Amino acid sequence: MKVLGISGSLRRDSYNRSLLLAASRLLSDDVEFELYDGLKAVPPYDEDDDVDPAPAAVAHLRDAIAGADAVFFVTPEYNASIPGLLKNAVDWASRPLATSVLRNKPVAVVGASTGAFGAVWAQAELRKVLATAGARVVEGEVAVGHAHERLVDGRLLDENLLEQLQEVVDALVAEIRSRRSVAA
Amino acid sequence: MSTITQTEQALPVGTWNVDPVHSQVGFAVEYMVGTFRGTFSAVDAKLVVSEDGAATLTGSAPVSGITVQDENLTTHLQSPEFFDIERTPQVSFASSEIRRSGSEIAIVGELTIRDASLPVRLEGTIGEPADDPYGGVRFSLKLSTTIDRTQFGLNWNNPLPNGEPALANDVTLTAELYLVKA
Repeated sequence: MKVLGISGSLRRDSYNRSLLLAASRLLSDDVEFELYDGLKAVPPYDEDDDVDPAPAAVAHLRDAIAGADAVFFVTPEYNASIPGLLKNAVDWASRPLATSVLRNKPVAVVGASTGAFGAVWAQAELRKVLATAGARVVEGEVAVGHAHERLVDGRLLDENLLEQLQEVVDALVAEIRSRRSVAA
Repeated sequence: MSTITQTEQALPVGTWNVDPVHSQVGFAVEYMVGTFRGTFSAVDAKLVVSEDGAATLTGSAPVSGITVQDENLTTHLQSPEFFDIERTPQVSFASSEIRRSGSEIAIVGELTIRDASLPVRLEGTIGEPADDPYGGVRFSLKLSTTIDRTQFGLNWNNPLPNGEPALANDVTLTAELYLVKA
């Protein structure tokens, strides 16, 4: 079983990447975790470029999602919404709609921000976008506000938030198992 | 002088299979400023009426056959936000009681969409059996009911600028069935 992690933040010392890695450590040992690191290379979506074969960075993104049983997203919040690059990547991954790699894919969304609200609006928008793309969005929200105080040295210090994060991680894995039992 | 009108209460005896080409099952739901419609095909349905009058109507339709006028929207309707084709690839109905009074008919039964099986009451009209040009016998059933889609787990919505939901919860289902004697 494999979970792909995608962070909407590119910054080297990103709080969201720390949050993603904290989530990955909550996965049980039988679940492989892969950190997707190609976001910056994905070109702007242009239908003229949405051809077969896809641009290399897009193929890499689609293959990474297709090769995982689930995707764990973390997102910061830019102007009350999703970072443009992350939305752009989801747009690429969602094409063609009827057969895209996101279709029926279990996904979870959490987020962190240095403000008080923990990227709740960006999370809500990302969930909406993923659901529209046909993904299986698991319930559960983890909003890490004041991230600079709570994510220190790559660790999530808040016990309540860690518990919530564990619940979302467990819900995602349960969704993978349930999907496998449907397929079996 | 009075006229006695005999009201037909019985259903035509036999096993009657749906003619999927000429039958139609559809839905209509208020969306923003108008009514949005789609169809289910191919519909499978069977009415079995025994000599003693006991009757059962069963039917199903594949989620893959839900059709609206835009393929992206069709895809969205098949997603986990709506019918969730991966988990529940079909919708189905099974009657528990059928009552007829002349050309009027009421069918109570259970409708299954996603993981919810809920009681519904279909009402409509029944036609008289007639010979068709192919050596068969057929009659029509026209039925409709209104369901609350959110009771079946189809909860998607999108707020209008005024804050009101764009998509209504009540959905009218209609079935126009040609039933052919087996």
